[in-house]
Amino acid sequence: MEPAAAPTTTTSLSQQLSEINEYEREPVPPGKVKGFKSFVGLVAGEHIAGTEFVIGPLFVLHGAGAADVMWGLLFGNILATLSWVLVCAPTAVRTRLTIFYQLEKISGITLVTIYNLVNAVLFCVTAAAMIGVSASAVGLLLDIEGPGIGDLYPTSLLWVAVIFLIGGVIAVVSTFGFDRVSRFANVFAPWMPLVFLASGIAVLPSLGVTSIGDFWEAAETRIWTGVPVPGQTKYGFWHILIFAWLCNSSMHLGLSDMTIYRYARRSSYGLASAFGMFIGHGMAWIASGILCAVALEAGNGNPSPGQIAFMGAGLAGAICVVVAGWTTANPTLYRSGLAVQGVFPRSKRWKVTLAVGTLATILACSPAIVSKLDQFLGLYALLATPVGALVIVDVFLFPRLGLTPNLAYHEGLRLNWSVLACWVVTVAICYGLYVYLEADFYFFMAVPGFLFGGLTYLLFAFVQQRWLHTSTTV
Amino acid sequence: MTDSIRPLLLRSVSYLGLALTVVPSLFVFAGQLSLATYKLLMFIGFLCWITTAPWWINEEQG
Repeated sequence: MEPAAAPTTTTSLSQQLSEINEYEREPVPPGKVKGFKSFVGLVAGEHIAGTEFVIGPLFVLHGAGAADVMWGLLFGNILATLSWVLVCAPTAVRTRLTIFYQLEKISGITLVTIYNLVNAVLFCVTAAAMIGVSASAVGLLLDIEGPGIGDLYPTSLLWVAVIFLIGGVIAVVSTFGFDRVSRFANVFAPWMPLVFLASGIAVLPSLGVTSIGDFWEAAETRIWTGVPVPGQTKYGFWHILIFAWLCNSSMHLGLSDMTIYRYARRSSYGLASAFGMFIGHGMAWIASGILCAVALEAGNGNPSPGQIAFMGAGLAGAICVVVAGWTTANPTLYRSGLAVQGVFPRSKRWKVTLAVGTLATILACSPAIVSKLDQFLGLYALLATPVGALVIVDVFLFPRLGLTPNLAYHEGLRLNWSVLACWVVTVAICYGLYVYLEADFYFFMAVPGFLFGGLTYLLFAFVQQRWLHTSTTV
Repeated sequence: MTDSIRPLLLRSVSYLGLALTVVPSLFVFAGQLSLATYKLLMFIGFLCWITTAPWWINEEQG
């Protein structure tokens, strides 16, 4: 036994982790930018999640028509990719900063603290949901019965052990920073979409499809029939298009993916998101929709992701669900760690990420909290898109209009009231629209939020900076 | 094993794994393979991929 060895190893690991610089409060230096393939693996892995086994079936259950699904996904995913290419990546490459630090320079420490905490909570719940999805597949394989969706507490110690095992892997990978997260995703990125593709193809004969020519008829009559199951609302073309475009609106229009794309050599690398969209939110949604139709015909009215994957691809399918949960939770926890680190800038990022990972793991034990994920995502889109718009206006428009960008940084403001006013007014308008239009999801208001956010910030900032200029001159 | 043969072998097994993941589904579609055999081949494909891809896939990232 060598008592001295343990402290040395611990210190060494701690030093190694501390030496990982993620440039939380400085621009990413030119020598640290990454090539296109790094982003392909990361986003393809992130957008092929266990939740694809939920969203694909959603369109089937809500009675979307086959043509609505195909056209809606095509145009929605094109718009989502363009949002990354034309909005998020150019802002990230121009500033090379995280959204958190960029916003702090614009809005001051008070507002960014609130924003960071909202981000951290959302990302933590998202990661917890992914851990839960992964655990459901492991439970299916090991015959461990998990808690029901409405249960507040876990039902067995074995289930808790599975959650902690999965959560532990995710927390440790995220702790090692962007490079390790990207490498982990790259390993699985080529394999996962093939599992979805193969599953969709293999079950087609059970829907009467034995040649390519049979597919469209089965698609219209047995998969996306245009008739919702009892108790569900009807989805049409616009639902599918908006779902595909805006379900990740906080990432592209809301700029939270600046955290990732600040490492891009060029803003055109935003095109990497197309791999995530057309594979994860296109092919995978279609494949899981086909699997759902088979499950419905077999009498399973509400199949879980693990059941769908196991039915379509056996053991490999269940493993795919576990891995899909991992590769989505890793970058999510990484972002959450950066958000909390923005609130406590003196703390080490890796310690914060590990703490957030532990919290997400604990949350994953409670399905009742995790089941609120869609509401969290919608609320976050409502809060994030005005922020994205005001950052774009500040970074690109202010210098051209003769206004001072990064006002809080230059004036030493703790709270920039024009940002606060823009945020409150825009969220209030969008919430009013959401209620008035009886929209299905909060994130349907992402585009009005983006437009109103940009316009109101421009207006309030113009008034504020004229007033500041006048008072300084006087 | 020489330095030039090992990477080639690793990649070959990885690609075989990907092929075993997707190709059997086409035979199921054509009615020439049972679902049970297809699922077994997919799992073997996964083992081929996961035991070899981590050794080379990240070397290509720029």
